[in-house]
Amino acid sequence: MSAATLERAAGQEPRKKVRQRRKTGERLLHWFTWLLIIWLALPIAVVVAFSFNNPHGRYNYSWTGFTFKYWGSKLFAIPDLTTAVEHSILVAVVATVGATVLGTLVGLAVGKYKFRGQGATNLVQFAAISAPEVVLGSSLATFFLQAHIQEGALTVMAAHIMFCMSFVAITVRARVVGLDPSVEDAAKDLGAGPWDTFRLVTLPMIMPGVIAGAMLAFALSIDDFITTEFTSGSFVTYPLWIWSVSRQGLPPQVNVMGSIIFAVGVIFAIANSVISRRRAA
Amino acid sequence: MTGIDPAKLRGLTQRRKGQGTQDGMSRRGLFKLGGAAAAGLALSGCAIPGLAKIITPDEAKAEAAAFWPKQKPTGHLNFANWASYIDPNHETLKLFTKATGIGVNYQEVIEDDNSFFAKIDPILRSGQYSGYDLMVITDGFEFTDLVELQEVIPLDHGMMPNFKKYALRKFMQETFDPGNLYSVPWASGITGIAWNTKFIKEPVTSISDLWNPKYAGKIGMMQDPQELANFGLFRAGIDPDKSTLKDWNTAADVLNKQRNDGLVRAYYDQSYLNALSRGDVWITMAWSGDIFQQNQSTGNNDLAFVVPKEGGNIWTDNMMIPKLAQNPVSAMKMIDWFYRPEIATMLTENVQYISSNSAVPTLMAQDAQRKKGANGQDQATLKALLDSPLVFPPASVLSRTRNYVTPQDPTTAQTFKNIFNAITEA
Amino acid sequence: MRSIRSKLTPYYLMLPGGLWLAIFFAVPIIMMIGLSTMNGNIIAGFGDTWHHFGNYTYGFTQYKSQWIRSAEYAGLGCLISIVLSYPIAYWIAFYGGTRKSTYLFLILLPFFVSFVLRTIAWNYILGDQGLLLEPLKHLHLVSQNFHILATGWAVIIGIVYNYLPFMILPIYVALERVDHKVIEAGRDLYANPVTVFTKVVLPLSLPGVFAGVLLNFVPAASDYVNASVLGGTGNSMIGNVIYDQYFVVQNYPLQASLSFSLMAILLIGIFSYARVLGTEDVLEAAAVA
Repeated sequence: MSAATLERAAGQEPRKKVRQRRKTGERLLHWFTWLLIIWLALPIAVVVAFSFNNPHGRYNYSWTGFTFKYWGSKLFAIPDLTTAVEHSILVAVVATVGATVLGTLVGLAVGKYKFRGQGATNLVQFAAISAPEVVLGSSLATFFLQAHIQEGALTVMAAHIMFCMSFVAITVRARVVGLDPSVEDAAKDLGAGPWDTFRLVTLPMIMPGVIAGAMLAFALSIDDFITTEFTSGSFVTYPLWIWSVSRQGLPPQVNVMGSIIFAVGVIFAIANSVISRRRAA
Repeated sequence: MTGIDPAKLRGLTQRRKGQGTQDGMSRRGLFKLGGAAAAGLALSGCAIPGLAKIITPDEAKAEAAAFWPKQKPTGHLNFANWASYIDPNHETLKLFTKATGIGVNYQEVIEDDNSFFAKIDPILRSGQYSGYDLMVITDGFEFTDLVELQEVIPLDHGMMPNFKKYALRKFMQETFDPGNLYSVPWASGITGIAWNTKFIKEPVTSISDLWNPKYAGKIGMMQDPQELANFGLFRAGIDPDKSTLKDWNTAADVLNKQRNDGLVRAYYDQSYLNALSRGDVWITMAWSGDIFQQNQSTGNNDLAFVVPKEGGNIWTDNMMIPKLAQNPVSAMKMIDWFYRPEIATMLTENVQYISSNSAVPTLMAQDAQRKKGANGQDQATLKALLDSPLVFPPASVLSRTRNYVTPQDPTTAQTFKNIFNAITEA
Repeated sequence: MRSIRSKLTPYYLMLPGGLWLAIFFAVPIIMMIGLSTMNGNIIAGFGDTWHHFGNYTYGFTQYKSQWIRSAEYAGLGCLISIVLSYPIAYWIAFYGGTRKSTYLFLILLPFFVSFVLRTIAWNYILGDQGLLLEPLKHLHLVSQNFHILATGWAVIIGIVYNYLPFMILPIYVALERVDHKVIEAGRDLYANPVTVFTKVVLPLSLPGVFAGVLLNFVPAASDYVNASVLGGTGNSMIGNVIYDQYFVVQNYPLQASLSFSLMAILLIGIFSYARVLGTEDVLEAAAVA
């Protein structure tokens, strides 16, 4: 017997009141949600709006005129900024590939098998995720100092792979844990070797987890600031460049680049949901 | 997370007895961690080495004499500098490339001396190229540290004819680099007080204006320990050149009180200019050329600057060549290039800081006559520059400026840094 | 034959990742511990390991106010974050219907713009004569001397803003998993909506809340960017001190001791909590976030 039937039996009046109360509550929550979404989007609106500003002088904080020129001809007018963006993308791509490969392997190991050292592994992984970035960054910086390793692009990539890897591992592990082992067993029964089983059966099944992990790694890497600041030496990435120039005054090109990266991310996310919806169908 | 059998979930989340527990340590796990720990401990015993010894000027000259003949010219230069410290169109650099064929990679990566030093020192220690062949460093702690750690290359005076011919000796502070063994000045400046005339109508003349309760919460001070220290000493009526440890503590008390009374809004690096222009602060410690440049670029004269009557800080930013530079000959050529009269004049007309070149006043006067500056500045601007006591300081202004306090002994230097850093860290 | 291979498989799988973590995480942390017990300066070098545990006591006594302030700001930030996030997570989980993912997407949208850029944008918006305060001052709704920037509240706003999705998502995941049949059962047993919430939904969502607190508190307590951009005097956090000691003062041993203390304190807190709830849940929640 469902609640609705019982309520109907109990009488119409109390039901309407409860429904109204629920409706007002729901509406309040609805409004609240939208208010918060707007609050979250406010700085983005400012960033995008000021990318169309035509500032006098080097500080872009008061509106002095509308222009498209920073979106067009002048977008790449600051070579350092363009280089920094290229660096960020390069590091993010390398970090994503590295973290996805290493993390998927770890996620598989921890999710599918029971082995000695699993506890310690979980511990270390957990510590790696929950360690504050300041600590990660400063310990790596002094590590490179003591080990006489020059900081630069490679150290940044190494650091990014390190902290992204655990996130991929967890995402993949969550996926692996929910897998039905009988499918793999069936494949083995049908004579498939371990590599073939992995390639043709396991990997496609965990692929959503792998992709989710990869996207997470990319997002974490491209936006990373604190750890990168400590490990980059003279290598400049996009967030580092913004930080150092903001001491002087951000040129509109930064707003434009930020808006473009924002738009690209939006397109990726929409594409991802469309694809996953199509796959689910 | 659909489709997980709740029993399985329970099973996964409950602690298991025996091996492979989540937060327990099994033998293998201990070995793994133990291995890493051992490696780490072995490496952690590794101290970070200091310098072998401080070399004497004669040794430095000998080192230069041995080093430079072996260097070959290259076609490139990596130049690190502060922001807004060169003509905006980089005309000076373009002319250099045209004259010498050397391509210049100009990077405005220096925000302050200490963070730049913290970036290149580890690299240079590990015996690797820092990424820069030429850098501009202020005459403070980092300058001394770089010299003492032998992380800079002594200059080749044979390649500096323009410097020899045109450099002004009269107020270049050679105490920090006698004989210009390691550096030559790029530009010099004075730290004084700037205020936004939109919010403060009365004239500002004294350090005590930074302690004025009327401006409580709208006062900016600088973060840099050496800048802050001098202003604290001025306020306490102490001459920085003669200050002792006791004096530093007195100055620190004065500065701490200023903060505790709620007078200071924040301690700024070069972002003080942003805050001042936006009205977040009304009055702040500032660098002379910045105010000029800002007024020029906005087109209105909202910001004003003064060297307080108790004193200001005079500093010199210097071109230095970091160790292991890959293009040292290009760096020397660039160093001498900026001592050419017309290039030095172009620089000064744009950044409006004090030049160390004796030919600049004459050339600038000529530009003013021709009614056009190198970058199209009009006559009024050029005349204002020529008359400005900030770009061509007269003795009356210079006499009340003081250098930074820079203790040579590392332990004393650390004490000094700790005293004044504690004020901004609080 | 196959059984031997499959026994070693997990170790092979773990090897590359484990090694990477060992070299770039475990070893640096351990070396940092060693460094924290040295003394010296940048010229003479650092050495004399294991003889200067005084760095730790100094780090705690000298910077007591920054430690406390970091806990305060992070704690307040978490609290405000929960208050803001819970209603939204609740609404999306129970009333979002087919558009759940759209709402989640809209919430995550701002975070496609760089963290630094977002924080600087808040600096612009909250300026004394900025977008928010200029009209309010014009209308005399606030005093002319009113300012948000350079106060602790600006830093807290920054913290809440930057880590909000890490609170919304775990709570949402936990709420979404609540079986509607359980709620119906509650109603069947004559409980009113409030009781259903407090006695059924809320307890089931607590793991999500805890996960969110974790994902907020750790980065918030160790952040230095928000305090640097939005704060003023008397707002510096322990992250700022660590940054200063490394970049400005180059007192590497002190910086190392502060870093290790920070990490140890946070990890102890996390592990005590993980014991209560089980590491798996937290890792899972972290995965979804």
